[in-house]
Amino acid sequence: MGIRFILMVNKQGQTRLAQYYEYLTLEERRALEGEIVRKCLARNEQQCSFVEHRNYKIVYRRYASLFFLVGVDNEENELAILEFIHLLVETMDRHFGNVCELDIMFHLEKAHFMLEEMVMNGCIVETSKANILAPIQLMDKAS
Amino acid sequence: MVVTPFNFTCEGESTPDHLIVTELFDLVREFEERESEALLHPTETLKSNNSYTAKLEQLKTIGRELAMGSQGGFGQSKEFLDLVKSIGEARSKSEEDRIVLHEIEMLKRRINEPDIPKRKMKEYIIRLVYIEMLGHDASFGYIHAVKMTHDDSLLLKRTGYLAVTLFLNEDHDLIILIVNTIQKDLKSDNYLVVCAALNAVCKLINEETIPAVIQQVVELLGHPKEGVRKKAVMALHSFYHRSPSSVNHLISHFRKKLCDNDPGVMGATLCPLYDLIIIDVNLYKDLVVSFVNILKQVAERRLPKSYDYHQTPAPFIQIKLLKTLAILGSGDKKSSEQMYTVIGDIMRKSDTTSNIGNAILYECICCISSIQPSPKLLETAADSIAKFLKSESHNLKYMGIDALGRLIRISPDIAEQHQLAVIDCLEDPDDTLKRKTFELLYKMTKSSNVEVIVDRMIDYMISINDSHYKTETASRCVELAEQFAPTNHWFIQTMNKVFQHAGDLVNPKVGHNLMRLIAEGFGEDDESADSQLRSSAVESYLKIVDEPKLPSAFLQVICWVLGEYGTADGKYSATYISGKLCDVAEAHSSDDIVKAYAVTALMKVYSFEKAAGRKFSLLPECQTLLEEMCASHSSDLQQRAYEFQAILDLDANAMDNIMPLDASCEDIEIDKNLSFLDSYVHKSLEEGAEPYIPENQRSGTLTVTNLGHHNPYDHPTHSLRFEAYEVPKPVVPPPTTFPTDLIPVSLPEPTYHHQPVQPTRSSAPVPEPPTSTELRLRLDGVQKKWGKPAYSSSSATSSSSTSNFDSGKTAVNGPTTQPDVRPRETKHVEVSEEKQKLAASLFGGTTSSTSRSEKKQQPVAASKRPATTAPPPPPPDLLDLGSETTGSTYSSVVDPFKQLESLLDMSQDGTTNGHNQNLVLNEKDGFNPANGSPNPGTKTATLTKGPSLKDALDKDALVRQMGVNPTSQNPNLFSDLMS
Repeated sequence: MGIRFILMVNKQGQTRLAQYYEYLTLEERRALEGEIVRKCLARNEQQCSFVEHRNYKIVYRRYASLFFLVGVDNEENELAILEFIHLLVETMDRHFGNVCELDIMFHLEKAHFMLEEMVMNGCIVETSKANILAPIQLMDKAS
Repeated sequence: MVVTPFNFTCEGESTPDHLIVTELFDLVREFEERESEALLHPTETLKSNNSYTAKLEQLKTIGRELAMGSQGGFGQSKEFLDLVKSIGEARSKSEEDRIVLHEIEMLKRRINEPDIPKRKMKEYIIRLVYIEMLGHDASFGYIHAVKMTHDDSLLLKRTGYLAVTLFLNEDHDLIILIVNTIQKDLKSDNYLVVCAALNAVCKLINEETIPAVIQQVVELLGHPKEGVRKKAVMALHSFYHRSPSSVNHLISHFRKKLCDNDPGVMGATLCPLYDLIIIDVNLYKDLVVSFVNILKQVAERRLPKSYDYHQTPAPFIQIKLLKTLAILGSGDKKSSEQMYTVIGDIMRKSDTTSNIGNAILYECICCISSIQPSPKLLETAADSIAKFLKSESHNLKYMGIDALGRLIRISPDIAEQHQLAVIDCLEDPDDTLKRKTFELLYKMTKSSNVEVIVDRMIDYMISINDSHYKTETASRCVELAEQFAPTNHWFIQTMNKVFQHAGDLVNPKVGHNLMRLIAEGFGEDDESADSQLRSSAVESYLKIVDEPKLPSAFLQVICWVLGEYGTADGKYSATYISGKLCDVAEAHSSDDIVKAYAVTALMKVYSFEKAAGRKFSLLPECQTLLEEMCASHSSDLQQRAYEFQAILDLDANAMDNIMPLDASCEDIEIDKNLSFLDSYVHKSLEEGAEPYIPENQRSGTLTVTNLGHHNPYDHPTHSLRFEAYEVPKPVVPPPTTFPTDLIPVSLPEPTYHHQPVQPTRSSAPVPEPPTSTELRLRLDGVQKKWGKPAYSSSSATSSSSTSNFDSGKTAVNGPTTQPDVRPRETKHVEVSEEKQKLAASLFGGTTSSTSRSEKKQQPVAASKRPATTAPPPPPPDLLDLGSETTGSTYSSVVDPFKQLESLLDMSQDGTTNGHNQNLVLNEKDGFNPANGSPNPGTKTATLTKGPSLKDALDKDALVRQMGVNPTSQNPNLFSDLMS
């Protein structure tokens, strides 16, 4: 429900992070990612950040070289999801310091951990950066 | 700079420091163009930025540490960096594939080695995640991820869990191995470990494994740490999705957690509550007060600052609350009134300059349009929408159009003020915006603007490439055309256009509806209007029929119309029409359905000519076509062709009876008793023919005297038994009355396409209540059993089908009996028409006609069943605002075996439940038609629980499958059994 998947894809279309909240097989994912990425990358700056795809919607936003794509059910508030993406980036920025694509690539598991704190079962559960990052910082300290 | 990752020495061997460091510098420089641009502050001055140099320092440090042989501060080896880099550099998919495949090979070898240091293993696992992210299978490594979850180190454990949740889904076999670990971790002292386990629970625990962890999860709802409580709530939420019955007794926990001190826990609880409320609103009406309260507090900034986002207090929680309130207030005046104040406050305080403020505003508008309307709030909503539509941002325009669509349902006039803005959106090259605007237009279609809207929609539909969306748009066009067509002529033209471009995408019923409408006319008993309509249809089809690449569905309609009405107005000769039909059949020789339609149409043309007394001989092409078809592989075509040939020699009178003119809507009456043959039968009997003995009375002898003394327990060896051998309870056998007919079997529907009306021969059989008090099979509702096919009563079905026509007629009456409807003269020809005109045509035709059409819409929508398959929602009701589809997937799970058990309980109470008897019978009645002898079944009649009941049901199904159906064409099939 709510959010179906979250993807981070670079301008060349390579997936940097993929988190699915409903099960799809590998082939399905590949096909889906290919289709969606093509659609979103083809759009220009002035156009909507929302794309309708089959029976759900994709909210996307571009940060430098990285596209963030979130697939949501039709009932979701698109603007809110757009801002959720921004919240995600802000959180990563707080943790990594001037986060860039490299950080995500080299710290894939950390990015996932952050996302795990924020979204569960396809619902947004935590939006306070302090609460999101605390467990991760503790974990870093412990190891 | 081309770097192959494989020309480096294996790990462990030392490489000169400076080489590594330079390679790393190169690495960074390679990436710096693209990937090291800071996401949040990407500027060209990045290079001079301090952060860039800081990053560079970081990477230099890695280099140094790697050179010293230890793992870098990032915890990766050089191999990993290389992998990431080379993937980043791959210029084509095949190159990327090559790299990944090589990586797979290497990992396969390495990962199964014994004694891999833990950090290394962690890295391997992450590389596996990479591999799968790029679309390749890494299942050889799953087991290692599972093993890593056993680790005590939090980081490794959590990484293991992460990998497992990414790799596996809840149905995977390896889940069993993890459940144990999860159970252990849920009990851990370290709350971070508990959290990690709860994360995994949400993703991996399936219906079967829920019982293993649910107890522990419920306990964790009271854990001192708020993070744990939050995740425990979400774990229960995931249980609810997978198996709603498992958490039925826990609903109170959700309510309690709503009042938790920690806002995070409260916010998390909103999710499962929302799902529960959608399913059953009335159970949760008492929560309206709580929700309003919470929303008020949030809006008044009573939550800790950390929940602020861009100066807005906890916006995501606000939005969730608004969504929930929208559902609770819908249709409920009392609840809605409690919400007005808080919604008004929020709207006033929203920051309209920020996206998130607008998001909240939008959510408020959605809420307002779904609860009982309040005029003040509606006004505020309308103002906000105006601001959205005026803004430059496409996103805001999009939200504005969407909100407008919702508000129209309540106050339809609101659309007018924004006409120009809407037109702009309609003509915007941005596809998403266009689509959204079409949705809006769909919602505001009335008879006054339907032509413009549908014409535009069709043009748009033609340009769509995606077939899923094209189907949806086509269905919408059809729906609107059917509901609001101002003139018949326009309707036909529009349908033609839709068919021409999307004929094979729309529901085939649409074609049949169209045919029926042409046949029935539009309800007015105006023969001349109907025939005019038909003539125009024929005209237009004759023009189109030669075009290449027409969809099959369209061709079917064309053939049908040409056949039925091609010669009706005398304008076109039968020769011409039949020539055209032959051409169609030849042009589409691979499409059997079209050929079938064509040949039947030919048949009609021929018979109408014959019946009218006109001389008409088949064109040579038609003859050849017929001959071809007689030899066709398709039995349907063969049958039609043979039928055609059969009637070629009949006289005019017979023709008229077989193929009456314009009779596609009339019922076929079937005299079940074949009373017209009575005189013939009588004559034959007098001449000494044997009287007819109904099948079930045949008991091996042919004498008539047997008929009166049939003993149910005296069974000859070769007949099929229909009664029980033994009864569970002794019942005095009543005087021997014959068991009445078995349930007549439904005749498979003849596939006569030219009769869009259901022939009255089919339809569900009417089960005859058992008239005798004998114990017998209860076959209520059973479709096929033994026995001859028989016609169901024609009267019942013909009345139902005429009632269909009536409703169809009255429904279509709606749009056409508005006395003052003139087809709009503003013909919309060029796209570059003045916007004012377009706006006027879309939004004009104000209150007087709208109110009438509004009223008309309701009964039309109610009585008429649109022939579209709208993929998921929109219901035929135009005034739909497209709001949430109810979670119809979350129907409560019913345990089938509980039901069965309840059945058994009844029987064991001693009541003679016919159903149970049925089961008993079937267990015993091991019918074996092959050898004709009834099974010497056991004489006991015990009912045992469980498996035998299931067996009985299975056998029942099997027997039904085996139910041999002696065809009427071969009465000798069981002659040996019955002689």
